[in-house]
Amino acid sequence: MSSHIVLEDPKTQPVEEGETKTRRAFLLAAGAAGLCYTAALAYPIYRYLASPEEMASNATAVTEVSLKDAQKLPAGSVLMFKFGTAPAMLIHHQDGTWASLSAVCTHLGCTVQYESQLDRVHCACHGGVYNAYTGANVSGPPPKPLKRFKVAVNEGAVDVSRT
Amino acid sequence: MTSKTATIYDWVDERLGLSELAAFARHKTVPVHAQSFWYYWGGISLFLFLVQCFTGVLLLVYFRPGAESYESVRQITFVMHFGWLIRSAHAWSANLMMFSILVHMFSVFFMKAYRKPREFGWLSGMALLGLASVFGFSGYLLPMDELSYFATKVGLEIPAAIPLIGPTIANMLRGGPDVSEFTVQRFFALHVVVLPALFLPLLGFHLWLVQKHGNAAPPSEEAKPLSARKTMPFMPNFLRKDLAMWLISLNILALLASVFPWALGKAFDPLAPAPTGIHPEWYFMSPFEMLKLLGAFLPGAVGEIAGILLFTIGIVLWVLIPFYDSTSASGKRGRAAHYFGIVAVALLLATTAIGYWTIR
Repeated sequence: MSSHIVLEDPKTQPVEEGETKTRRAFLLAAGAAGLCYTAALAYPIYRYLASPEEMASNATAVTEVSLKDAQKLPAGSVLMFKFGTAPAMLIHHQDGTWASLSAVCTHLGCTVQYESQLDRVHCACHGGVYNAYTGANVSGPPPKPLKRFKVAVNEGAVDVSRT
Repeated sequence: MTSKTATIYDWVDERLGLSELAAFARHKTVPVHAQSFWYYWGGISLFLFLVQCFTGVLLLVYFRPGAESYESVRQITFVMHFGWLIRSAHAWSANLMMFSILVHMFSVFFMKAYRKPREFGWLSGMALLGLASVFGFSGYLLPMDELSYFATKVGLEIPAAIPLIGPTIANMLRGGPDVSEFTVQRFFALHVVVLPALFLPLLGFHLWLVQKHGNAAPPSEEAKPLSARKTMPFMPNFLRKDLAMWLISLNILALLASVFPWALGKAFDPLAPAPTGIHPEWYFMSPFEMLKLLGAFLPGAVGEIAGILLFTIGIVLWVLIPFYDSTSASGKRGRAAHYFGIVAVALLLATTAIGYWTIR
């Protein structure tokens, strides 16, 4: 407190510059130490709170999912499954072709549904419509097509992978 | 201050009266004498309570009460990054807070800071200590490991020993005839909702009283003429020292929590026998040992009831001290209160020591 007064004292005028320098250096060092201290406290808390996110990002690294017995899926129906952490659809069309699309609406992230009668993908939240073969956004608010996955129908399973 | 900040300050000041608060803070002083060191312990307790709130909320992010509680604590401790550290800090800080509250209480007692006009400060402080013990007891069960299971089982035998209504009280607390996931669920509600809701307003009252009456000077200081007494301004001198104490406390806590991480025992199993060497936390050791010693003289339910009766009388006498040692500092009553304090401390220390000595 009183150091202000000392600095302004005319008698100490000649050494003022040096004192101001050490004072500034001290304040800088103290500030830096305080910052390091705060960072050392904040880092574990951040990592703790971010743990689930890290686990999820490990899961999103998944590039292939094998759906056991999915080849038995009847034509005109859909199988919902998890690709990494997000929901996805395996669609067996009436014409016998297969398609796999992400089930996350590109508009605001609702989970979409396959409507077999209309053979389209519809989002109930804001009425977005996608093509059930390609995932292309057909009408409504979606700005982008649904992500499409590669499908390989095998003997005992259907393998879905990123293209 | 630039004119813009001055304008904003004036605007807020006009509505909230900041300058009155600032004037009050400027005039606040703290007595300076040989025992001034003990003034820090209330602040340290407060700081550790804030740490408890903070780390408690962090644990709440992943804790799942009920049947899954052990699994969720295991996950916090071994899966989540630094979860072990957060949990360890919460447990260590709880113990340190208990310790600093006890130091604070005994220093208030021996400085006779409970006398007029500070009776409500003493009473609210005792209530806060009582709530802190229930915090400790309820929090101890939440991980649902072996130790928490038996600690809760044994602890609830104390209210169960109260004649007539005891068993009903114990069953209400337990949520059934035995400690189970229902017990964790209600202890959880107690620990994170009911107790904070009681503790926080009481703490506010306690702190408001400290502001209203200021720090009490011990009788030895009061005997001096006013001109011979020294004080220091609260702002910023004492506050700065207070904050330095908080920083020291935080460093000690960080050291303890990281070098001695709090253990997690095996999941509780109602069929497993109690592990050998099991004993209560240090702050419950003394009453536990007193009951054990009394049980040696008066076996069976008689001993338990006599023990609970003795405790109740002792605690009531302790709580009511401001009313029978009200004015005289060196008079007969004042000295009697002083001896009562010394006996209480000696009894607590001795029984705690015996308790640890006789752990099998």
